Amino acid sequence: MLTIKDLYVSVEGTEILKGINLEVKPGEIHAIMGPNGSGKSTLANVIAGKEEYEVTHGSITYMGEDLLEQSPEDRAKAGLFLSFQYPVEIPGVPMVNFLKTAVNEHRKHRGEKELTAGEFLKFMREKMEMVDLHAQLTNRSVNEGFSGGEKKKNEIFQMALLEPKLAILDETDSGLDIDALKTVAHGVNALRTPENATIVVTHYQRLLDYIIPDYVHVLYQGKIVKSAGKELALQLEEKGYDWIKQENGN
Amino acid sequence: MTDQDKILAEVTQSEYKYGFFSDIETDIIDIGLNEDVVRTIWEKKKEPDFMLEFRLDAFRKWQKMKMPDWAYLKVPPIDFQSISYYAAPKKKPQYESLDEVDPELLETFNKLGIPLEEQKHLAGVAVDAVIDSVSVKTTFKEVLAEQGIIFCSFSDALQEHPDLVRKYLGQSVPVADNFFAALNSAVFSDGSFCYIPEGVKCPMELSTYFRINSANTGQFERTLIVADNDSYVSYLEGCTAPMRDENQLHAAVVEIIALDRAEVKYSTVQNWYPGDKNGKGGIYNFVTKRGVCRGVSSKISWTQVETGSAITWKYPSCILLGDNSVGEFNSVAVTNNHQQADTGSKMIHIGKNTKSTIISKGISAGKSDNSYRGLVKVLPGATNSRNFSQCDSLLLNDTCGAHTFPYIEVGNKSSIVEHEATTSKIGEDQIFYCNQRGIDTEKAIGMIVNGYAKEVLNKLPMEFAVEAQKLLQISLEGSVG
Ligand SMILES: Nc1ncnc2c1ncn2[C@@H]1O[C@H](COP(=O)(O)OP(=O)(O)O)[C@@H](O)[C@H]1O
Ligand SMILES: [Mg+2]
Repeated sequence: MLTIKDLYVSVEGTEILKGINLEVKPGEIHAIMGPNGSGKSTLANVIAGKEEYEVTHGSITYMGEDLLEQSPEDRAKAGLFLSFQYPVEIPGVPMVNFLKTAVNEHRKHRGEKELTAGEFLKFMREKMEMVDLHAQLTNRSVNEGFSGGEKKKNEIFQMALLEPKLAILDETDSGLDIDALKTVAHGVNALRTPENATIVVTHYQRLLDYIIPDYVHVLYQGKIVKSAGKELALQLEEKGYDWIKQENGN
Repeated sequence: MTDQDKILAEVTQSEYKYGFFSDIETDIIDIGLNEDVVRTIWEKKKEPDFMLEFRLDAFRKWQKMKMPDWAYLKVPPIDFQSISYYAAPKKKPQYESLDEVDPELLETFNKLGIPLEEQKHLAGVAVDAVIDSVSVKTTFKEVLAEQGIIFCSFSDALQEHPDLVRKYLGQSVPVADNFFAALNSAVFSDGSFCYIPEGVKCPMELSTYFRINSANTGQFERTLIVADNDSYVSYLEGCTAPMRDENQLHAAVVEIIALDRAEVKYSTVQNWYPGDKNGKGGIYNFVTKRGVCRGVSSKISWTQVETGSAITWKYPSCILLGDNSVGEFNSVAVTNNHQQADTGSKMIHIGKNTKSTIISKGISAGKSDNSYRGLVKVLPGATNSRNFSQCDSLLLNDTCGAHTFPYIEVGNKSSIVEHEATTSKIGEDQIFYCNQRGIDTEKAIGMIVNGYAKEVLNKLPMEFAVEAQKLLQISLEGSVG
């Protein structure tokens, strides 16, 4: 589904990712862990197509096609979803309008009829229950005045609406209390199918108690320095990132 | 060039969607301006005698005036002698049904997406269509007449209600108010007149679609709205013009008078040809709009969405004469490519306890310049008065400019004047967020800009708000960088 080969990425002339290799297959859950500043968000953003990140070497293939050739919106419509670490506020744009536009862009792309306002509201209500998002929030402007936790729930809510093939959750757990964490995890698990894949980017292992990964990768200084099964997350929890730092010579 | 820049460049270069030119037979007088021309206009229009005095007075004063040069605008020299000051459709037909209407005219309306056919049925909207300065079609007149409301072309008003016109014309905007107002007063050919009698709440939005049509014909419309005691009216003005190469001058005057406890809402969506992407062509729009809250507790609000014209010079104002009167100005002004806009408002507080609000949202793209210029003046006698002004500028790239020129004069100690201003650049992160949800950059900008302007758009009547939203999107098609 997703194949990353020897990926090097720079931002404003600084090399941040230094030779990433990653293979994600349908149905799999991959966790990417690592200390702050190691390049996790950079990797997520490059996959989503953020412009300021320059790919200097390597390739990303998604669903058999060269992902780097595609615009961010085309990637999104091809089923790629990013739950942002810091969801941005868009003042004056009602959530409902934003979501309806997004859903209908996806539907158009799939050759389906666009939903009317009424149809959309119905569809939206079903999905809202899944993440226990307060109905009032959809009347507000996009992310405006949302608490940290609400913003994260809102990301998963959008994921539920857009039904992606590959979802990347960038620190979706940070800032969540345990109940919110469980709700988010429940949402992610409920959306899971044998065809879908998820990449969970996280700093802590606690989310991985609820979303059980098939693989755990440790990203450090722009490289994946360790890959293993879910037990690696527990090891990291126990030994801390210093263990990785020491193994990698600083 | 980044990808986003490319997309933006592409969309910016999308041509003016309403650029077409219809070929209706017109009667044009020779170019040039002198007392004889002023007399000819008066004669052709068979106006009452007082109008000749009015026009000549204005003309003589205009001759001694200079074009204002204080605005943040680069205005190419205008040769006022190379303009024809009168153009009217040859025959002024009386339509019983649409079948009798010139098919060309209907076609024009169809292209604009506002076919008369639909307009007639549009719930609650009466249309007084102005084509090349002379009213061709007035609808809903009878319905309004039942309530004693007069809504007709200015020419008709001069024939049918000369005393009313005489009583109020030039009261808000004196003939020599400014260079362009004086010119308009001398040569205006037509426009709209509206009178709401005492105690009447106008049951529908009154609407006028202006349209500039003949080559080389300056447009000088005149609008006069009088709201008598305890009356209410909401008035809509919307316009769009055909694609044209040479510059076209437009100098309209709108006068509003609100008597005791009367309320007038005046909404504009302005979409004249802004010139091509290289800054060639486009309308020069020098407008004088002023309302006088003459009565106690009267209210006048201006709401405008300005997306068109190569040059815009426009300051809809309120003179708050009556005690407890209220003035409002809500504006969204978009400039793209080489457009220049210097627009804002004046609020003159004269009566006691008068209140005014100014909300201005400037949006600049391309290589355009967008200026807010506002004056809030509280006279010594206007005790306990208040003004709140909020002027926001949104920049879509690094090549455009936004400027704010607020002038505040407060003549007493019991009044409070507040001014807030912000300038921001459209967020790449916001656009990317939309992109990541499958929404392309063009749509994303449309959404973000509409969100930014929402406070003002919300003040527009429903049917206008929808049109305005589309217009904002169209006029900004691709403009971030
Ligand atoms: N837009 C940017 N401009 C400049 N530096 C950046 C940008 N984004 C990330 N970086 C830098 O890249 C490194 C990796 O950041 P990031 O990918 O956010 O790490 P993580 O998500 O693992 O905490 C950091 O040193 C950060 O400062
Ligand atoms: Mg991060």
